[in-house]
Amino acid sequence: MSVLAVKSLSKSFGGVHAVNQVSFTVARGEFLALIGPNGAGKSTCFNMINGQLAPDSGEILFEDKNIAGLAPRDIWRLGVGRTFQVAATFGSMTVVENVQMALISHGRETYGLWRPAASLHRERAIDLLAQVGMREAADRPSRELAYGDVKRIELAIALANEPRLLLMDEPTAGMAPRERNDLIKLVKQLVVERGISVLFTEHSMDVVFAYADRIIVLARGRLIADGDAAAIRENPQVQEVYFGTGKTFAHAQGAAP
Amino acid sequence: MSLKPMLAVESLSAWYGAARILYDLNFHVARGEVVALMGRNGAGKSTTLKAIMGLIAQRQGSVHFNGEDVSRLKPFEIARRGLGFTPEDRRIFVDLTVMENLDIGRQPPRTFPDGAAAPSWTPEKLFTLFPNLAEMPNRLGGRMSGGEQQMLTVARTLMGNPLLVLLDEPSEGVAPLIVEQMANTIVELKKEGLSILLSEQNIHFARLVSDRVYVLEKGQIHWHGTMAQLDTNQDVQRAYLTV
Amino acid sequence: MTLSAFLFQALNGLASASGLFFIAVGLSLIFGVTRIINIAHGSLYMLGTYIAYSFATRIGGGLGFWGGIVATALIVCVLGALIEILLLRRIYRAPELFQLLATFALVLVINDATLWLWGSEDLLGPRAPGLRGAVEIFGRQLPSYDLFLIVIGPAVLLVLHFALAKTRFGRLVRAATQDREMVGALGVNQAILFTSVFALGAALAGLGGALQVAREPATLATDLIAIGDAFVVVVVGGMGSITGAYLAAVIIAEVKALCIAIGVVDFGFITVNFSKLTLVAEFLVMAGVLIARPYGLLGRPQGAVRSVAEAEDPIRPAAPGLKALAVAVLALLMGLPLLAQASPYLLVLGIDVLIAVIFATSLHFIMGPGGMHSFGHAAYFGLGAYGAALMVKWLAVPMGLGLVAAPLIALAGALLFGWFAVRLSGVYLAMLTLAFAQIVWAAMFQWEGFTGGSNGVIGVWPPPPFNSAAVYYLLTLAIAVIAVLLLRRFLFAPFGYAMRAGRDSPLRAEAIGIDVKRVHWLAFAIAGGICGIAGGLFAFAKGSISPETIHVGRSIDGLVMVLLGGIQTLTGPIVGASVFATLQDTVMRQTEYWRALLGLIILLLVLAFPQGIVGAVAQIFGRRRSP
Repeated sequence: MSVLAVKSLSKSFGGVHAVNQVSFTVARGEFLALIGPNGAGKSTCFNMINGQLAPDSGEILFEDKNIAGLAPRDIWRLGVGRTFQVAATFGSMTVVENVQMALISHGRETYGLWRPAASLHRERAIDLLAQVGMREAADRPSRELAYGDVKRIELAIALANEPRLLLMDEPTAGMAPRERNDLIKLVKQLVVERGISVLFTEHSMDVVFAYADRIIVLARGRLIADGDAAAIRENPQVQEVYFGTGKTFAHAQGAAP
Repeated sequence: MSLKPMLAVESLSAWYGAARILYDLNFHVARGEVVALMGRNGAGKSTTLKAIMGLIAQRQGSVHFNGEDVSRLKPFEIARRGLGFTPEDRRIFVDLTVMENLDIGRQPPRTFPDGAAAPSWTPEKLFTLFPNLAEMPNRLGGRMSGGEQQMLTVARTLMGNPLLVLLDEPSEGVAPLIVEQMANTIVELKKEGLSILLSEQNIHFARLVSDRVYVLEKGQIHWHGTMAQLDTNQDVQRAYLTV
Repeated sequence: MTLSAFLFQALNGLASASGLFFIAVGLSLIFGVTRIINIAHGSLYMLGTYIAYSFATRIGGGLGFWGGIVATALIVCVLGALIEILLLRRIYRAPELFQLLATFALVLVINDATLWLWGSEDLLGPRAPGLRGAVEIFGRQLPSYDLFLIVIGPAVLLVLHFALAKTRFGRLVRAATQDREMVGALGVNQAILFTSVFALGAALAGLGGALQVAREPATLATDLIAIGDAFVVVVVGGMGSITGAYLAAVIIAEVKALCIAIGVVDFGFITVNFSKLTLVAEFLVMAGVLIARPYGLLGRPQGAVRSVAEAEDPIRPAAPGLKALAVAVLALLMGLPLLAQASPYLLVLGIDVLIAVIFATSLHFIMGPGGMHSFGHAAYFGLGAYGAALMVKWLAVPMGLGLVAAPLIALAGALLFGWFAVRLSGVYLAMLTLAFAQIVWAAMFQWEGFTGGSNGVIGVWPPPPFNSAAVYYLLTLAIAVIAVLLLRRFLFAPFGYAMRAGRDSPLRAEAIGIDVKRVHWLAFAIAGGICGIAGGLFAFAKGSISPETIHVGRSIDGLVMVLLGGIQTLTGPIVGASVFATLQDTVMRQTEYWRALLGLIILLLVLAFPQGIVGAVAQIFGRRRSP
């Protein structure tokens, strides 16, 4: 059974079809990469699934419930976590408070006016931080962290509501190769433990080819390919619109003549 | 190097507030050379380029460009001496058309100190370098794809007829095909006689374009040498670049 | 009311629209490029009218009038350039709100300078030579000068539009509007660009003011009225859009003209005088437009402005030292009545300071942790003060009930206005809150039968034992302490965390299920309610309340207090309010030119303490701790 099923999704801006009749599914526990050239409609597609944009037409079924057009916070409440391309945390809070905030919201205690928040769910938050390897940083202001660490905090926040689906927009953007590997390895381990499905966009082919269970490719708003790493790498259409000769990334070297 | 370097940086340090980002950097770029600053995210590559361009308020040390000390000049004065800057996040003027974006970058032609004419650019000439842009002279910057914007931001800098270009992460956040076009462009620019200092994380990209490399880590230069040397030095790659 | 009368009023409206357009367009241009909201823009407009008056009366004739108008535009242009070079250039890197404060200080200084140069009398200029006659249209006489104004507005719009679209200067202005640093890195001298844009905007304001000389008298109240109008026009039209500014000017002027044309209408059960609605009409238009189109008619969402303000530290419960200090200060304040035998004025000052503390702390609650920069906090002060006073006047309720009603009425108002306000952010939110404050003010001012109009409500004295200054002081102290502690408690509770979460990263907050708008709406309401207490206490302390005490100046006072103390700390507003209220009650009473004095003090503080007093102290101690 699929966790997420996107059916005939379309969105236009000023007459331009940004996303045109796109359909795909994400199976339970699957690690699915969404790739494509800049301007192919990846972000638009992604933002419709996470609720930031309302589709013109089509359905987005999360566990058989149509979430198309719902607000991001309502989609989150149904069990969809997400991380941002430019990692977003609450800069005026400590690391652990960032995670506590997510737990407070998950426990529907946001409107509490009296009991101090500092002690609420602290243990559970520390536990989540330990799982992403950030326990030591718990009481530091989150804005002081290095970028790679902020990405880990985001991950802890995203796991706070025990999601069944995780949406990650370019999870390794702006990171050095080793940080990339470490982060994705961590994500993979955490989601496998929990049986979470992941849909992610990514420009780093090294990451995509090494970790994705399946890859779908968008170009000019349409889905042009769907398959495993080997199939996508050999797909001439994808090579033409996206990879080029492949000499600017490691794993695809020799993929093209 | 018999000639004076095009760009010579001595003891360059920079701070953001109380945090020190760069520690006494020394490096140079010779005329016609393509030099890459490599290192992890947060190593200080972008900060170095911004500090050279005068975009960081707190800095120390000297920057000589084309034989002149530019370390106390404002960004626009530095740009007018022929130092071009292409930022990492593109910063295209989204409400202006391609042609208008190019016009903002326009500056008079220049000559090198030895009297030789520096490469000079017109929109027509740039359109042959970036055929994609030729198809959309009146498109608004905000309506372009990321790859097209990346090309426009380089073209806009070239309109200032620079002697040297600071290119910040040209391969970041664009599709592999565009990365490849960008590499070809840099090679073309080098042929035209331009000097280039670029910051880069992707060694596959750097390999295609650069002559020499400085490796940064935590705001300090930890290694420098030719691209060929770096290519065979697995230790440096593992320690600072980790491919 | 005939159709021809309507059309005639519509023409009249077009003439007014040109005036509105001139004030607004310069403000919009300046904001676009420099990101500074020039509150002193209305002052430049006012100066335009005064200077043109002097030319027209001293030199006289066609040269004095028409030549004077051109000369005025040039003089104000130069003045604008000087302001930019001498003041603004030093604060482009300061936080947005400090820039606002600095330009507000200019308003005060220019107003007093005008008072000193031209006196306090209204000055009515001569009619325009060559255009003294009238044209018969729709069977009525339309002054030729109005016809001239109808034409000149669109003419200037066309010239500006062409200049922005087709010239290099125009391209640079549009590029700098988006990213001024990048324009500099491409070799453009920003300093010259900024100065010329500011000078151009100033010249347009001066021209607009000068053109009014034949229509309306020059008065000292023009500056704040003009800036209010300009804000509304710019926001309705869309920040940065000059065509939008003209469109908005026309709509607003026409709505006003329509109100006048309709006049008094008897609906049978109620009689409405529409011409009295003119004061609030523009604000109603603005509220309507912003709800339908949050970025104005022709505006677009602004890209994230590169923030220059430093991020805030996590909040911590007060350290033992600070707690001890608070207790000591409280003890001292409780002992104040003992000292008052020597100086009875001390208690009056004490009450003023405490009311200011409640006012500023409640404003800080939404400005700091909430990130909502309200320019109209006076509205809730006014609702509380009038609410309590009117209940005493009309229902003869006891003081206690009045003081309970004050926050409730303010809370109700804040719930209503806040619902609209939280839909916007940044400058737009600031402008909308200002508009709501103007509506409250205008309602109190115009609803004479109920509120006493410009005289306000008098005779609201507290009953015994509170008629003793010492007892009333202690009551105020108790309420102030409770209010401050309550707001503090909220900030440390999940709700306060959610407020800050919504401010730090709305995207992230929404992505973890927080309804940011609702949280900010409730915060706005809480702040309004607490502010209402300050209003209620004020009414009984002074025994009266008048529209003047709830005018835009009070909103600005609140901003000054919060920024003076430092927006990033919880103790900041308390310190800021105390310092400001004390200054206002002591130094300011010594001179007729207190506005200029206050303005100069603000300028000094802005240039010396860009992080506020508490921020500066914290930084000094922070430096000492870490080597």
